[in-house]
Amino acid sequence: MSGPVLEFRGVTKSFGDLEVLHGIDLAVHEHEAVAVIGASGSGKSTLLRCVDLLEDIDDGDIFLDGEVITDPSVDSVGVRRRLGLVFQAYNLFPHLNVIDNVLLGIVQGRSVPGDQARVIAHELLERFGMAGREDDLPDRLSGGQQQRVAIARAFATRPRAMLLDEVTSALDPELVGEVLEAVRDLKDEGATMLLATHEMGFAREVADTVGFLHEGRLIEIGPPEQVLEAPVEDETKRFLRRLLVAGRA
Amino acid sequence: MSDAAGTAPGPAVPDRRAERAAARRARTLRHQGIAIASTVVVLGGLAVLLLTSPGWPVFRDAFFDPEVFRDSFPRILEAFWLDIRVFMVVEVVVLILGLTVALLRTVDVPALFPLKILAVGYTDVFRGIPTILLVYLIGFGVPAIAVGESASGAQPLAWLPTEPVVLGGLALALSYGAYVSEVYRAGINSIHRGQRDAALAVGLTERQALRHVIVPQAVRRVGPPLLNDFIALQKDVALIAIIGVTGEAFRQAQIDSLASFNYTPLVAAALLYLLITIPMARLLDRWERRRQTR
Amino acid sequence: MPKLRITFLLPLALAALIAGCGSDDDSSDDSSSDSSATVSLDDCTPNQLETLKSGELTVATDSPAFPPYFEDDDPTNGKGFESAVAYAVADTLGFASSDVNWVVEPFNSSYAPGPKDFDFDVNQISITPKRAEQVDFSAPYYTAKQAVVALKSSDFADATSLADLEDASIGVQIGTTSLEAVNASIAPSTEPQVFDNSNDVVSALKQEQVDAVVVDVPTAFYLTAVQVPEATTVGQFTAPGGDEWGALLGKDSPLTDCVSAAITELSDSGELAGIEQTWIAEKTDAPVLE
Repeated sequence: MSGPVLEFRGVTKSFGDLEVLHGIDLAVHEHEAVAVIGASGSGKSTLLRCVDLLEDIDDGDIFLDGEVITDPSVDSVGVRRRLGLVFQAYNLFPHLNVIDNVLLGIVQGRSVPGDQARVIAHELLERFGMAGREDDLPDRLSGGQQQRVAIARAFATRPRAMLLDEVTSALDPELVGEVLEAVRDLKDEGATMLLATHEMGFAREVADTVGFLHEGRLIEIGPPEQVLEAPVEDETKRFLRRLLVAGRA
Repeated sequence: MSDAAGTAPGPAVPDRRAERAAARRARTLRHQGIAIASTVVVLGGLAVLLLTSPGWPVFRDAFFDPEVFRDSFPRILEAFWLDIRVFMVVEVVVLILGLTVALLRTVDVPALFPLKILAVGYTDVFRGIPTILLVYLIGFGVPAIAVGESASGAQPLAWLPTEPVVLGGLALALSYGAYVSEVYRAGINSIHRGQRDAALAVGLTERQALRHVIVPQAVRRVGPPLLNDFIALQKDVALIAIIGVTGEAFRQAQIDSLASFNYTPLVAAALLYLLITIPMARLLDRWERRRQTR
Repeated sequence: MPKLRITFLLPLALAALIAGCGSDDDSSDDSSSDSSATVSLDDCTPNQLETLKSGELTVATDSPAFPPYFEDDDPTNGKGFESAVAYAVADTLGFASSDVNWVVEPFNSSYAPGPKDFDFDVNQISITPKRAEQVDFSAPYYTAKQAVVALKSSDFADATSLADLEDASIGVQIGTTSLEAVNASIAPSTEPQVFDNSNDVVSALKQEQVDAVVVDVPTAFYLTAVQVPEATTVGQFTAPGGDEWGALLGKDSPLTDCVSAAITELSDSGELAGIEQTWIAEKTDAPVLE
């Protein structure tokens, strides 16, 4: 089998004095869903932002399909076009309607002709249950609907990997379900995914591998049954116990 | 009241509704009554104070003379047409110039660095010099340069514009362009970083992100402050009078005022400016309110 | 929307208020000041005159004070036509030169209603009936003619009639008779450019922003002799309605008659002509334009 789609080797990142990621080694294989869990501020978002080259790493390398992407000589725009990032705060473009939000990336980025792009966009929105809302502006949609549009937007370029940054954390509980459903759809499509998440139940269901990030280090990694049910490391146990108490496991 | 504890609703409910509605109506009327009474007392009182003050007749004759008003108003109105044309043209230039300068200051292209420095210099200088001074400097400075003769007696800069309207308009455009560029810049910087991140994430270049995501939002956002600056520009058009532009409302008012030794023409000119700026101010209010309620 | 309509109506309402409010006595003050000086100078001594400061005469002019009406921007040196006239008037009324105070009064505020900060104001102010409704004027101390000045290199330098100047762009100073004179006598095809003060008029001429300027003859003399030697006086003409200059005083000022009497005395005795001769060497080489 060919190598992993995404690979981190010794990735280290600091913001000033604060070391946010330290020596991260991680691989995401084709069609695999890797979930990264951890406390707020543990570095989960930063990890994803580094992959999408929104942040520079200080040490180590990140590979996409076996090629280094964190070298300054690499064309970052090209890399980002092969990745899809979904944000916790959705970050839809408020001045564009739903379908234009999805279209912007594929038309400008890939220079796909307009009518072809429309077909793609329409299909995607239908897949994620947003057909019929294409002409609406984002402020008319609920959080769950906006996030589904955001997922469609990220997926529109058929990226090599989807990066999902706590995509349900900003949603009201009753809206979480529809977004998780959308992520399940992605999994069914065979998408390669790296997710940062709080939703343990979801991680359990969707992820093939779970990694626990503690103070910038990936201290435990393995199948969900292990990491979430029978963790090895004390820190992992402590973290899960806290979540259990808070009712989120 | 009898204890309507739980069972049949009965006729008690409709009565209370009517009662409440009546009470609300009465309250509204009371409030309106107080508002009207208070207005009459305060504004009326001020008016009485003004009109009965000893200096009022003299003031009125010097500033509100009906005959002088009737005589000078048509001329001033005709001259005002020039003001309108000038501020419309200048505003277009200002919006374009301002956005250009703001973009030059915002983007990070190494090749454009010298332009970026110029942009910073331009903004600092032209916001720092009073507009009236700029009108003067450009209005008299440019023609002075234009007649400069080289050693051979030729006038290499004779192509520079010397018409006062053009020079005055240019001075206004340069002055307001600097202010407006700061407004745009603030608008661009106010766009949440997540928008830029999202634009990059879907595969846009920095330039495409600016063009399709950041600037469109920034421009919409700065609409009200831009309108505010436009209202200010409409008044400052009067400044071009000092470099010899005739046929301008303020100037015409000054001429008439000095001819009759009466200030009423200036009041007439002021009214014309108000006729334009007040509706704009109300428009601005409405725009701001709409943006809040979104 | 009611709010919009009301505030839109506000300026209109103001306009209606002014236009409609018939001021009761519009022209009841026919007692304007062209009363010839029926008062004798014997009644115009310093202790009888109700000057601002008793025993002192306060004279106003604008700043900067331009030649040939004043010299070195200093009215107190007695040099310059109007400075000399002012001191002569003071002397005739019995004030010593040391009792003369000078104050600055910008032209625009010299006719503001209310008490004045001066006893009289000399500032090349033309007497017109309209203006006389708002302020008092003394008897005229000078009759000005208009002069056309152009650069020697200009096409218009050799104009021989007013009609020759029809296509010229002309500059004038605001508040002077020159604008009306230009419009009435020359009727140029482009509107004249009006400047705030005589410095700007001179700049405009020098920098070829205009083809020619029209100023009163004494100013033209100083302009061509000193300020812009490369300019020449093309010719002179009389503004329709003439142009007489008088001292400006507050409306119904108690000093008007005495100041007028002093000026009349100076004129009769020939002293005024002498002052004119000294400061405004009005050589008649400037051809008369018709």
